[in-house]
Amino acid sequence: MTEATRRLDIAAIRKEFPILERTVYGYPLVYLDNAATTQKPLAVLDAMDHYYRTINANVHRGVHYLSQQATEACEAVRTLVAGFLHARHAHEVIFTRGTTESINLVASSFGKKFLSAGQSILVSGMEHHSNIVPWQMICEEKGARLQVIPINENGELVLDELDRMLEAGVRLVAVNYVSNALGSINPVGEIIAAAHRHGIPVLLDAAQAVQHLEVDVQELDVDFLAFSSHKIYGPTGIGVLYGKEEWLNELPPYQGGGEMIKTVTFEKTTYNELPFKFEAGTPDMAGIIGLGAAIRYVQELGLRNIQVAEHDVMEYALRVLGEIDGLRLVGGMDARHRAGVISFLVGSIHPFDLGEILDQQGIAVRTGHHCAQPIMDRYCIPGTVRASLAIYNTREEMDRLAAGIRKAAKFLG
Amino acid sequence: MTINAQQDEYVADFEFLENWEQRYEYIIDVGAKLPPMEETYKTPDNIIKGCQSTVWLHGELKDDRVYFAADSNTQIIKGVVAMFVFVFSGHTPKEILDADIYFVEKIGLQKFLSGNRSNGLVAMLKQIKLYALAFQAKTLQQ
Repeated sequence: MTEATRRLDIAAIRKEFPILERTVYGYPLVYLDNAATTQKPLAVLDAMDHYYRTINANVHRGVHYLSQQATEACEAVRTLVAGFLHARHAHEVIFTRGTTESINLVASSFGKKFLSAGQSILVSGMEHHSNIVPWQMICEEKGARLQVIPINENGELVLDELDRMLEAGVRLVAVNYVSNALGSINPVGEIIAAAHRHGIPVLLDAAQAVQHLEVDVQELDVDFLAFSSHKIYGPTGIGVLYGKEEWLNELPPYQGGGEMIKTVTFEKTTYNELPFKFEAGTPDMAGIIGLGAAIRYVQELGLRNIQVAEHDVMEYALRVLGEIDGLRLVGGMDARHRAGVISFLVGSIHPFDLGEILDQQGIAVRTGHHCAQPIMDRYCIPGTVRASLAIYNTREEMDRLAAGIRKAAKFLG
Repeated sequence: MTINAQQDEYVADFEFLENWEQRYEYIIDVGAKLPPMEETYKTPDNIIKGCQSTVWLHGELKDDRVYFAADSNTQIIKGVVAMFVFVFSGHTPKEILDADIYFVEKIGLQKFLSGNRSNGLVAMLKQIKLYALAFQAKTLQQ
């Protein structure tokens, strides 16, 4: 990773996101809820519009020209995503509705075939609910249980006991690459290596990673990886499950329907090959096209360049927020081990109150438990205020955030 | 003060508030005036569901009138629930059940509480009316 980085023109980038021009309660919008969803650049909006205006037809079915064109366009995105993740094969990329569905797919299909009573699934103490609940559901069904990798005060996973935990009947490890609640970048390489020493596959929830870091599934040697389009500047309703070919071939289908079958009689159905085995029904074609445009957009900017630019704003934010009386960061302090997310509290002010007063100043943050209740319990707090960054955020916006927090603190102190 | 007199007072006060800062300050001040809720009432049963923050509401019947106590771990929501307490407390179950709650809309309470909390508003009102309904049933039995 030594290639030169290029300084991105953030002002020019901002112009490509029409929504950033709007005002909220008379203030220019400061959008800092990017971990929930990112805004969409013109490239994505135009690609989807163009798809519906000129190409729209159902894929893989029709012999007619449009259907073939639509099929080619969607399959080209599959190849693009495979390249983006450095996957070995395009058919290792499954289109889903998002990270949540990707995880549910693996939990259901893997669990059905491989999980049995007395075994366990290993997750971490900083998972999003969508990387907890699907596993709980299949564990309940199978009489298996969840084991949890603990976290320390700095928002880091404690891996001291990992080997011992892996020996205790773990069937799969499911952890997030970057925590949505704290922004911690987890040592997933280490976890994957440890799991593989015990012959255990690993699923990475990369929903908060792919928009900030370069991800290479072969280098990571990860078995499954999930992400959502809408958190990487693409449309909602579409996402990706990457799976190693050998694993995906082993798993039974998730949902039944059209497209995922080879032959159907009332006696027996044979299933289609990868990737279609896991794509029942008409896919979200416009979504796939939009995802493709988003990934091309990110590739054109360059993830290394994005990382440098976001790191600069993150460091600046940590500095200006650090100067606010009573403000405490939840999780680690080191910007190098943090991607996209700053979670904090001010004095004894409830995060909802703080979020409300920031909102009134046109600053959009998330407040609450960020769908990661166990981590809030770990810190014994009701939630945090979370400011999450994307490529279009600026130092000036961090100044607005800091000023907004000071105003709120005066108000609520 | 009647239910409507208290509502009218809030509506009149809000007409004088010029900006969001003043409106929030006002609401927080109302919350600060709420008598402390006894800790024994802060039970899981008394937590209002539908609120993102924790809101406790407890009702008691004394001399055929309903008295409410409430608290919240957030200042803004505490102010909102306090307004309801001041509007409804000390009235008969029938008065509470018959009341037309217009001040919420007139002062735009739901507008400057973000979306999720509007559900909380509905949940608070519903809980107050449920208390009144239960107490009315009780008084009719006696």
